[in-house]
Amino acid sequence: MAAYQLQINGKKINAEAAADMPLLWVIRDIVGLKGTKYGCGIAQCGACTIHIDGSPVRSCQIPISTLSKKAKITTIEGIGEIELHAIQEAWIEEQVPQCGYCQSGQIMSAVALLKENPQPTDEEIVASMNGNLCRCGTYSRIHNGIKKAAIALKEGTTSPSNNK
Amino acid sequence: MKHSANSRRFFIKTSALAGVGLVIGLPKLQGEALKSITKNLPPEFINLEINPFIIIRTDGSITLINPRPDMGQGSMQAAPSLLAEELEVSLEKVTIIQSDGQSKYGSQQSGGSSTVRGLWYPLRKAGAAAKEMLIQVAASRWATSTDLCFAKDATIYLKNSDKSFSYGELAEDAAKLPVPKNPKLKDPADFTLLGKYNKRLDIPSKVTGKAVFGIDIEVPGMVYACIQHSPTIHASIISVDDTQSLLVKGVQKVIRCKRTMPHRQSDAVAVVASTWWAAQKGRSLLNVKWDDGQLALTQTTDAYFQKAYEAAKKEGVRHEEKGDFLAKFNSASAKLEAVYETPFLAHAPIEPECAVVHYKEDGTAEIWAHVQGPDGGLADAARFLGIEQDKIKFHVPLLGGSFGRKAYHDYLSEACFLAKELKKPVKVLWTREDDITQGPYRPGMLSRVQGMVSNGKLTGFHHHAIGESIVGQVFNGLKPDEADPWLSGELSTENNQYQFPVSKVSWTHVKTDIPIVWWRSVYASNFGWGQECFIDELAHLAGKDPLEARLAILKDERFRKVLETLAEKANWKEKLPAGKGKGLAIFASFGSISACCITVSTSGKGIIIEKAVSVIDCGHYVNPDNVVAQTQGNIVMGISAAIKDGITFSNGKCDQTNYHEYQVLRMNETPVMEVHIIQSGAEPGGVGEPGLPPVAPALGNAIFAATGIRLRKLPINISSIS
Ligand code: FES
Ligand code: FES
Repeated sequence: MAAYQLQINGKKINAEAAADMPLLWVIRDIVGLKGTKYGCGIAQCGACTIHIDGSPVRSCQIPISTLSKKAKITTIEGIGEIELHAIQEAWIEEQVPQCGYCQSGQIMSAVALLKENPQPTDEEIVASMNGNLCRCGTYSRIHNGIKKAAIALKEGTTSPSNNK
Repeated sequence: MKHSANSRRFFIKTSALAGVGLVIGLPKLQGEALKSITKNLPPEFINLEINPFIIIRTDGSITLINPRPDMGQGSMQAAPSLLAEELEVSLEKVTIIQSDGQSKYGSQQSGGSSTVRGLWYPLRKAGAAAKEMLIQVAASRWATSTDLCFAKDATIYLKNSDKSFSYGELAEDAAKLPVPKNPKLKDPADFTLLGKYNKRLDIPSKVTGKAVFGIDIEVPGMVYACIQHSPTIHASIISVDDTQSLLVKGVQKVIRCKRTMPHRQSDAVAVVASTWWAAQKGRSLLNVKWDDGQLALTQTTDAYFQKAYEAAKKEGVRHEEKGDFLAKFNSASAKLEAVYETPFLAHAPIEPECAVVHYKEDGTAEIWAHVQGPDGGLADAARFLGIEQDKIKFHVPLLGGSFGRKAYHDYLSEACFLAKELKKPVKVLWTREDDITQGPYRPGMLSRVQGMVSNGKLTGFHHHAIGESIVGQVFNGLKPDEADPWLSGELSTENNQYQFPVSKVSWTHVKTDIPIVWWRSVYASNFGWGQECFIDELAHLAGKDPLEARLAILKDERFRKVLETLAEKANWKEKLPAGKGKGLAIFASFGSISACCITVSTSGKGIIIEKAVSVIDCGHYVNPDNVVAQTQGNIVMGISAAIKDGITFSNGKCDQTNYHEYQVLRMNETPVMEVHIIQSGAEPGGVGEPGLPPVAPALGNAIFAATGIRLRKLPINISSIS
């Protein structure tokens, strides 16, 4: 067991955990943020996607001891805290989620995509989102949601939110 | 429109009944049960009746109880909408809570696509009855006739006046009235909610990470368990060496436990720890010796299918027959015979199996489990714990997908077993590997099909279903010479409506030790493949277009309309260039009729699935957008089932372990989709499952159209068709 200081969603959080505990389980079971989900533990499903310094990563693959001290972690709880992110707005507009279980991961991947590439082509959307499984089959709505959010951001009808 | 993160008044929570004004209506409660509900209430606040789905408090707040757990299919909107339509309240202004398994809520099983079709009248009646009671009170206060009062937006108005009472103001007096037995239901033409587009109110919480799923439950003092299941599923333990496991920091205990399936028990070993990560690490360090007896031989999909193909050479047990099929088949000059195969499949919901159980020193228990049916979950938990149901408080959080899986309570049995040992709250969470390797699975099945044609018309059809029976294995309820009764719902000529002069459905039971269970659309997901591909084969033998051949033997207007709409929307008649093909299929299941047309094009040695168009006639429905969403989901899951490798067992072990080996469809493989709903106004049918069965055969038929290759075995390797 060791003590770690984490920066999650703009807050400093102390966590005591085994060195090999993946960030996913630290975030869920030690820090208590349950929005990030477990689906496979082997980087196949994307349910555990979070941002580290703005880039999407699979939190099931990162033992806490390997995390840089300066790493800024964003989880789904840190997206749209005050006003929903354009992606979240679009998800509601398109009625994307069914069971909703994969959607934290989908949204984290989509938010990162638009940050990196505000006007992605269809192929770029598929390439970025292909690592996120949805057993309920919401892929076409996810695709439409990203296009809608991209347009909303471009037209300035919605803000890119307080994504820290 | 902008939403602030907390602007939605949507809660899924357990509510105390304290302060309740009108409860429509509690069952005839007596003694202690009555006291426990009424102890915080003045007695006149309670009305004793049948179905307690509506709670109106004197402060005006309204709570609706959803009796069917939501696994993504939208029951959290659908069931309360049935109440709200008749009660005249807006869903945005009520609190919706999930039922807890008590018998007063009736059947609470989400399954068999039954929510809307099963609750269409009972919940509307509960809503209408409450409204009539509220109107009666308002009318008497105004000393007028009830005809002059009307309900709107949780308020009773007096016509041609500015007088009104909110439901909260009326609730107390309304609660004293007898509940009308036959309240008047609204004419569907007057619906403002049912059948209309409405956003799902559970969605905002699902885009912010706030929705609470089974896996998210945490209670004070809780420990975590990770369970070592038998690698050959039903093996028994010879010895357990837990020395290494107990050295892991956080691991508290290693306990030999049982996984209770409906039909048998298996040995297992639980590692209990202060975190789930420590528990799973402890599990990986266990050294368990297993005796797998003959299971390595019997638990093999190859051996199972070999037996099934042997059975396909003989006649089965007759399930139904019209005319003398065999005599006509034997004497027919233009006939065909084939065997179609579907593999075993895992449900693989992204949220794996999980349950939290707290068994207390006083012999009561509290449970949080994402079961499909709170009533069945409660009954099973009482059995597992050996206590009465009324000693258990049962909570059902959201299900992160299920597709039938979570209605099989083996994971709950393990949590109950451990909770009783530990006397503190314990969370059992399966790994993805547990989920994939342990089953239960959709059974692999064969369809042996025979048919004949004459003068360009299909004149006979025999569907011989072969495989393990869900009724037989799960419920131990099939006699040796009995055909699986569930075939009636999905395979009978009554179901497919094809007007053959002679037809037959028969069955051969091939047993396996591999655990099986229902999977989205149950047997229809297997037998739709054989039925609809073979109808195409017969159409070609008859020299007819597959659409025309079907229409020629379909009299039922709804079936015809579904097919004709599909043909029009999918542009069936369009001339396609070489290397492109369209295939269609129609299948009725769970009270709805669904058809699908898939377009493929050849690409190198394989094909690309370009487009899927589906049409569904599900009669009356609640939310058209959810019908579309479920049908899209069925197209995706149907294609996944058709082109991704199934579950196989060799040497007694499941060959797949996680999503890299048991693959499910991804975004890049999802075709363009179109869904059309027929406005038949018929009695409501199912929505969550009926879209799936026609998908695989539409694909098989499209591949034939594009390549001339007839595939009869799933899965299809679309990158190399041969
Ligand atoms: S849980 Fe991390 S990718 Fe699946
Ligand atoms: S919405 Fe259910 S898994 Fe994606």
